[in-house]
Amino acid sequence: MSNTKTVAYKAVQVGDKLPPLEIPITSSLIVGGAIASRDFTPVHHDRAAAQAGGLPDVFMNILTSNGLMGRYVTDWAGPDATVKKIDIKLGAPNLPGFVMTITGEVKAKDDATGIVDVAVVGENNVWGMHMMGTVRVALPKEA
Amino acid sequence: MTPEEKKVFMDKIHAFVGMEMAPPTKGPDDVNKAMIRHWCEVMGDANPVYTDEAFAKASSKGSIIAPPAMLQAWSLEGYPMHSPSKDEALLDNQRKLHKVFDDHGYTGVLGTNCTQEYFRDLKPGDQVIAHTVIDSISEEKATQRGIGHFIETVTRFTDQNGEKVGEMRFRVLKFIPNESNKVESAKDEGKPEVPTRIASPRGHDNAWWWQQVDKGVVPIQRCKNCQTLRHPPRSMCGECQSIEWDFIESKLEGEVFSFVELHYPKFPGYQYPLICAVISLGEGTRIVSNIVGCKPEDVKIGMKVKGKVEQVDEKTMLPQFYPA
Ligand SMILES: [Zn+2]
Repeated sequence: MSNTKTVAYKAVQVGDKLPPLEIPITSSLIVGGAIASRDFTPVHHDRAAAQAGGLPDVFMNILTSNGLMGRYVTDWAGPDATVKKIDIKLGAPNLPGFVMTITGEVKAKDDATGIVDVAVVGENNVWGMHMMGTVRVALPKEA
Repeated sequence: MTPEEKKVFMDKIHAFVGMEMAPPTKGPDDVNKAMIRHWCEVMGDANPVYTDEAFAKASSKGSIIAPPAMLQAWSLEGYPMHSPSKDEALLDNQRKLHKVFDDHGYTGVLGTNCTQEYFRDLKPGDQVIAHTVIDSISEEKATQRGIGHFIETVTRFTDQNGEKVGEMRFRVLKFIPNESNKVESAKDEGKPEVPTRIASPRGHDNAWWWQQVDKGVVPIQRCKNCQTLRHPPRSMCGECQSIEWDFIESKLEGEVFSFVELHYPKFPGYQYPLICAVISLGEGTRIVSNIVGCKPEDVKIGMKVKGKVEQVDEKTMLPQFYPA
């Protein structure tokens, strides 16, 4: 379902929580994300290569984590929002069979620019924190 | 490595700082609708300004834009990445640097941080030129994964007019893998190991206590000389300084003396909600444990509880307390 409404800057308060998003991690998502991001590093599509590196299976590449974090915030902010920055600290890998839950909270607002900082955490149900960071978006003053 | 070898290694890696990974390189494809759509399909990103031409035209964007997080995707080499050249002379400087690390045992690699800034939206027809410089290499750090160095690169992205469109700082850890980690995670082929609770520390004075718990008994240490009970286990009686002791088995009946709910950070291997409580036992000693079997908001100081020893995960036996 596409979100066609944009959140207005003035409607956002520090402390607002974004609706959580659950993402089932599958081999298809991991391989699909790696290929869609042009990242053919073998550990993201070749299980033997991932195992040679000490992990039991292929794992999600960083560009996919980036893409999911960006998507999570624009799902909420809407199509007229402009993403300015995505700052991610990476944690435990995402492997097939895991479920990642993404949550977010508005941490800061800048009235002069209409810019909002959203703190985002993606946690998987097996190994814990996969990604945490900040997505900075510019919102229109009025929707 | 000997101190001399270490110095040679450090000089070798530091020589890479400030080097460009490769000359500025134009992405193999201009920004285009097909690759945008493929990306959105996988990410489950239904933002109409990425794929719906009519919507995008009527929006503040004026036309279709690329998801900002695709920035680096426009510049990647693609399929050839699956088998980098075996000819060392053909490797880019970043791969050469990684090879120096590999040759000295730092074979592990892990992305730790990625910061991308976007200076404008990219639209179909735009070209993306990437220029990556090796910005810094940290001193040696002891990390959970093993001893290693952080390498930070900066990539500046420009367009067909030489205007800056974005910038990325990327940090990887090159490390000597901890053997224990490696064996642990890869031992059950194809299946990620489910984490367990942090193992109880079993030392000279308290291992006996945990061994009883493993058998389903929660013991309370008792002074053989003056019969005073004590917990946690220790070698000497605080009342009479005797080091002779035995133990009794607790009935695990008591009340909540104090408690806290752990929210953040969540530790792998623990079930949430997670209540840690100090329980005053009927025998007179106190014990730290969990309260389970009720909602966190129903836990009250003074609440009567009854405990039993349970297997909480594949490796761990622990007393757990329920509302009585
Ligand atoms: Zn005593």
